[in-house]
Amino acid sequence: MPHDVEANLALQKLRQAFPEAIEEAQLFRDEVTIYIAAPHFLRVAEFLRDDPALQFSFLADVTALDRYPQEPRFELVYQLLSMTANQRLRLKVRLSGDEPRFPSVVSLWPSANLFECEVFDLFGVVFEGHPFLRRLLMPEKWEGHPLRKDYPTEGYR
Amino acid sequence: MPVTIEKVPGAEDQVILSMGPQHPSTHGVLRLVLELEGETVIRALVDIGYLHTGFEKSYERLTYSQGITLTDRMDYLAPLSNNLGFCLAVEKLLDLEIPARAQWIRVLLTELTRIQSHLVWLGTHAIDLGAMTVFLYCFREREEILNIFEAVAGQRMMTSYFRIGGLALEPPLGWLKRVESFAKRFPARIDEYEGLLTRNPIWLSRTKDVGKISLEDAIAYGLSGPSLRGSGSDWDLRKKQPYSSYEKFDFDVVSRTEGDVYARYQVRVAEMRQSLRIVNQAMEGLPEGPIKADAPHIVLPDRESMKTSIEGLIYHFKLVTEGFHPPVGEVYQAVESPRGELGYYMVSDGSPRPFRCHVRAPSFANLQALPKLIEGRLIADVVACIGTIDIVLGEVDR
Repeated sequence: MPHDVEANLALQKLRQAFPEAIEEAQLFRDEVTIYIAAPHFLRVAEFLRDDPALQFSFLADVTALDRYPQEPRFELVYQLLSMTANQRLRLKVRLSGDEPRFPSVVSLWPSANLFECEVFDLFGVVFEGHPFLRRLLMPEKWEGHPLRKDYPTEGYR
Repeated sequence: MPVTIEKVPGAEDQVILSMGPQHPSTHGVLRLVLELEGETVIRALVDIGYLHTGFEKSYERLTYSQGITLTDRMDYLAPLSNNLGFCLAVEKLLDLEIPARAQWIRVLLTELTRIQSHLVWLGTHAIDLGAMTVFLYCFREREEILNIFEAVAGQRMMTSYFRIGGLALEPPLGWLKRVESFAKRFPARIDEYEGLLTRNPIWLSRTKDVGKISLEDAIAYGLSGPSLRGSGSDWDLRKKQPYSSYEKFDFDVVSRTEGDVYARYQVRVAEMRQSLRIVNQAMEGLPEGPIKADAPHIVLPDRESMKTSIEGLIYHFKLVTEGFHPPVGEVYQAVESPRGELGYYMVSDGSPRPFRCHVRAPSFANLQALPKLIEGRLIADVVACIGTIDIVLGEVDR
């Protein structure tokens, strides 16, 4: 296993194709995480999915982190898997806490559908272009987003 | 939560049917909204959340060791696979090496879990399609496996037997005899199920060419596990990204190309035989040695040393009252649960509690493909398709 994140093929290709899109790259326990600048995300994602040497055609998971009270507050986390190259890759995007919005990736990976609904429901991130964004787990008229860090775990709200 | 399909004004043939959440064939509290034309499903919407328990929020208040108990309650048909995924994720975070004996027992028990879970699936899937006997047979064998779990972990379903750094206890004397006697009898039992179903014309007509999905679609919709392998993929995490020394076991990945309900049935039945092979190998080569990692700052000391040595007492006190501090970082650990890719995404901020623990539940992802499977088919096929993706609602809603 390479111990330098720059040895990762996906990162090298991204550095070539979208040098301005990469904010940061990390390696921890042999897992590669790349922070992508929000405006470039869709193009980067499409590139990763379609590049013949990478083929990240399986979007395993979409979730979010709440870094409250830091700003930018939210991080969206995309776990990609390439079955042909047997590689995993984690993409991250930083989002501001003030009315977080982000383009949906359902058009690229249909599997993002329910994952994005869940993130919307539990974190309050709105995915633009999602076919049917709705409260998925919480009741329809629920107030607040439970997985946010400023949402208490017990007592009244 | 509650979604509807709006009626088109003037369309008199259009019927909106709400199926579930109490429908017995939805395997829990799943609600489907179906738009029908006659008996044909035109559109389907999945409505979940009836079992939402906020596990991911609860994790943030529990120490890592306490978190294990919640994992059982998600996929309650495969508790040990969940235990394993969680423990592996934390161990990866800690960079902790697990003794060989513990790893092998983990493999043995998770494969028994796979058999047990597939038995419940087969039984309920068959009863959904009208085959009562198979259900009774499957639950008979499942009971034997649950008895083994009870002997080992003290619990039939909510085992919490795998701990961070190894196992909770050394399994009791004679437990391998029980596994052995089960493993000896089980192949004939699988033949029995197959005798009832595999060439049964009613079964064939209910499952062949029903709920077809191509490999491209299956990958795009995030299907994993047997549901994906029924469409021609040979993707199995136990082979491709081995964990817990799966690379030392000899077994085949079963895959079918048809992509229908029958193909997925064949995959799962064959998988039970493969799991049994792994169980047999694990019993034969089970190494001796400790069952817990040598890491006193993470693994609870045994009772004896806690009562007789000052170090033991201090470690015990610190671990129980505070927990351990993993390094800052994040990991994603996926295991091949009976339903597919079960991933734990664990983020540590250096405190004894996870900053975030997210579960990539295979049932949740597999459920997305359901509308794709049933649109354009008859209502009766809906029941077959719900069964074939093998969802557990505890895991879907978390």
